Amino acid sequence: MGDLLWIFVSAMVVNNFTLALFLGLCPFLGVSGKIGTAIRMGAADTFVMLITATATWFLNTFILGNAPYLRLISFIIVIASLVQFVEMFIKKVSPTLFRELGIFLPLITTNCAILGLAVFQTNRGYGFLQGLAFAVGAGAGLTLALALMASIREQIEVADVPAFARGTGLVLIIAGSLSLAFMGFAGLFSQ
Amino acid sequence: MRKQVPAREDLLKGIWRENPVLVQTLGLCPALAVTNSLANGIAMGLATLAVLVASSFLISVLKRYIPGEVRITAYILIIATFVTLVDMTLQALVPDIHKALGAFIALIVVNCVILGRQEAFASKNPVGRSVLDALGMGGGFLLALVMMSGVRELLGNGTLLGVNVMGPNFEPWVIMILPPGGFFTLGTYLLVFSWWRGRRSKARKRAWPHEVTSPRLPEPEEVVA
Repeated sequence: MGDLLWIFVSAMVVNNFTLALFLGLCPFLGVSGKIGTAIRMGAADTFVMLITATATWFLNTFILGNAPYLRLISFIIVIASLVQFVEMFIKKVSPTLFRELGIFLPLITTNCAILGLAVFQTNRGYGFLQGLAFAVGAGAGLTLALALMASIREQIEVADVPAFARGTGLVLIIAGSLSLAFMGFAGLFSQ
Repeated sequence: MRKQVPAREDLLKGIWRENPVLVQTLGLCPALAVTNSLANGIAMGLATLAVLVASSFLISVLKRYIPGEVRITAYILIIATFVTLVDMTLQALVPDIHKALGAFIALIVVNCVILGRQEAFASKNPVGRSVLDALGMGGGFLLALVMMSGVRELLGNGTLLGVNVMGPNFEPWVIMILPPGGFFTLGTYLLVFSWWRGRRSKARKRAWPHEVTSPRLPEPEEVVA
C-alpha cells in the first residue's frame, strides 16, 4: 500500500509529467487558456491513461513476452483503437459526456504523455495495481499543471504585457517558474 | 501542383524560416527533455532526422496505395517501425547515449513534426521533394536542438561535448541542466525572436510607410519563380 502511495505521489508532483518530464506539452500550451477547459482536458487525459495502463499491463504480461521489439507498434495501435472504441461507447451511452470530452479524446491518442506512460510503465516493470496508481498519479499531475497554468494565463490576459512577449515565449518562461517550484517536492523523498 | 516552388526552397524553408521548433513550436517534448547536454541533443536530432527522412520517403512512395480513411494509422505504423529500427541501432552503436535518452527515443513516434510533415507534405508531393522537405525539417529540428543543448550545457556545466570551455573559475548554473532550464532557454529564444521580428517589421514600416498589402517582402528566389 505504501508502495502504491509512493508511486502515486511521485508521478503526481515529484516527476510531474509536464513540468519535470516535458510530456504532453502540446495540450499544456494549447488548451491552458481557460481553467474550465484545462480541468476537463486533464480529466480526459487521466481517463485515457487508466485505459492505457490496463492495456499496457495486458500486452506486456500475456502477449509481448517474447517479442519486445514489437512493443512500440503494438502500444500505439492498441491505445489508438481502444480510445476510438471508448469514444464510440461514450457517444452511445452518454452524449452529454461525449460533448464535454469529444474534441479532446481523439487528440489525446497522439499525446506523448500517453505513450510515455506506457513506455515508463514497461521500463520500470510495474505490475497491474502499480500501473494503475502510476496512471492516476500522472493524470492528476497533468491536471494540476494544466489548472495552475490556466489560472496564471487568465490573470495575464488582463495584465499589461509588452506586445512582443504575448505568446508561447512568455508561457514557456512561466512554465519554467512552475517547474522550478515543483522541484521543491523532490525534498519529500530525499530521506 | 507545387511546380512554382524551386526545389532548393523545399530544403531550406525548414531549416530557418519555418523551423519546426523555434517558429512552429512543434515537437517540444524532445526539444526540452533531452537537451541537457550537447551530445544528447545531437543524437536526438540525428535520430529524428533519420526517422523523418525514411518515413517521408516510404510514405511518399506508397501514397497512392494508402486509403485516405486509415492514412494516419498507416503513417503511425510506418513511423513506429523506423523508430524501432533507430532505437535498436542506437542501442548497438552508442549504448551510453541510448541510456541517457531512455524512453524519449520511443517517443519520437509521437513527435508531431514527423506526423505533421507526412500529412502536410509527403502525402501530396513527389518522392524527391518529400525527401528534400524531410531533410530540411529534420535539419531545422537538429539545429534547434543544438542551439538549445549548446546553451544549456555551456551554462549548466561549463562544458561543450564534455570539454571544459569556461575555465576553472566558472560557477555552473546548475538550474540550466535541470528541467526548468529547458523551459527558460526555449522561452528566451522565442521571446528574442519575437522581439526581433517586431523590430524588423517596424523598421520596414518606416522605410515603406505606404506599403499595405504584403506583411513580408518576397524573397528573391520567389520573384524569380
